[in-house]
Amino acid sequence: MLINIGGWLTDPTHWTGPNGIPTRVLEHLLYAGISLLFSAVIAIPLGIVVGHSGRAKWTISIANSLRAVPSLGLLFAVALWLGPKIASSLAYVIPSVIVLVLLAVPPILSGTYAGIQGVDPAARDAAQGMGMRGGELLRKVELPCALPLLLSGIRGATLQVIATATIAASISLGGLGRYVIDGLSVSDYPEMASGAILVALLALAMDGILALVQRFAVSPGLSGKFRNTPGNRPVVSTTARGDAATEPASPTDRADDQREALV
Amino acid sequence: MSWVADHLGDILWYAGQHTLLAGIPLIVGLLLALPLGWLARRYSRLYGVIIAGSGLLFTIPSLALFILMPLILGTRILDTLNVYVAMTLYTLALLVRTVAEGLGAVPDSTRQAATAMGFTGMRRLLRVDLPLAIPVIAAGLRVAAVSNVSIVSVASLVGFPQLGYYLTDGYQRTFPTEIAVGIVGCVLLALIFDSVIRAGAWAVTPWQRVAR
Repeated sequence: MLINIGGWLTDPTHWTGPNGIPTRVLEHLLYAGISLLFSAVIAIPLGIVVGHSGRAKWTISIANSLRAVPSLGLLFAVALWLGPKIASSLAYVIPSVIVLVLLAVPPILSGTYAGIQGVDPAARDAAQGMGMRGGELLRKVELPCALPLLLSGIRGATLQVIATATIAASISLGGLGRYVIDGLSVSDYPEMASGAILVALLALAMDGILALVQRFAVSPGLSGKFRNTPGNRPVVSTTARGDAATEPASPTDRADDQREALV
Repeated sequence: MSWVADHLGDILWYAGQHTLLAGIPLIVGLLLALPLGWLARRYSRLYGVIIAGSGLLFTIPSLALFILMPLILGTRILDTLNVYVAMTLYTLALLVRTVAEGLGAVPDSTRQAATAMGFTGMRRLLRVDLPLAIPVIAAGLRVAAVSNVSIVSVASLVGFPQLGYYLTDGYQRTFPTEIAVGIVGCVLLALIFDSVIRAGAWAVTPWQRVAR
């Protein structure tokens, strides 16, 4: 069986044309990228506002309860409802992207919210004492402090989007899921397994890249690289975030975000 | 609505299948996660390995894992064992972290008091540390339960019968009622799992109810 999969993956005809692996990888990344962009544009400002003011927390609750809805069901429902209303070739792309955005918003939103809310009040006070106001405070202090959790949210959302874009092949979307769904429909195991391997590799690669971004983008004062130097204690304490069951900033929520991404 | 009434028997059967596919891995995963989480807590080097391993596992999309399972297990593509093992792996990956975190969150003063009262080794773990970790473990279990219910529905694309069947079948036949049944069924099942776990955790942690 392994030899068949190896044969499928190395077959040169599978590496060219509109159904070739490079095209499918690019399609997959395109759908994922567009959806993430839209959801970041929605979720990050909303998370900042809610985390900042502490008001409208219900948006977070609604976004989180959306996670109980099976993504496959959401996909089919939106495709069935919107698909016939769109005449162009985008009839499958638009419903898919809508669902991907719906699924990517909750992790980014709760990450941003938890990050902004968890900013050490002392850091905020100090910044205000130094004369920072409004936008400057947000840009120079609050956002950098919130960045680790915000990026965790984006990582979770990315995995979620890559996984769901695969499933979306069942409503005729392109991308790597095509191999899986087409392979399933004709019981071609090497094809579906190759698709599965490629999707898993893509997800691992994207997660790895984002882990690197997280590593380099987060200020050393926060990531604790200076932990041993006196006076450079991390601004956000990782231990003082309270009960895992209620507090969105708890480490379990990181797992929660990732976990959600499998669906 | 009449469609639902006519097919109630089928719906319940699919819901039962769904409960098994999502629930059994939850139990097995928890039973495996308890010793592994303890080991991860005990040996810090192992902790890194386990966290990295579970992180990698989370990254693999469920549809891909269902399809790759036969390669690892040597099963047939439609063997239910594939879903059980895949779901157990996801549950385990999530719960090992939670168990390790829960055990780690037991205050040192409590541990010292227990030791002073004569609790040692395994007895302290089972009578003091583990009970105190229950709220954290239950929170992780709830997350795992809700996501298990959702992930299992994806298995209908491969052809495993459960509530997800109504999603795929409803889409193929352009029959929104069926999709609605699938979605509502999954959400209800997730809610039931969630309430059962909450009730269970509530029942075994009477000290949480004492006014503080």
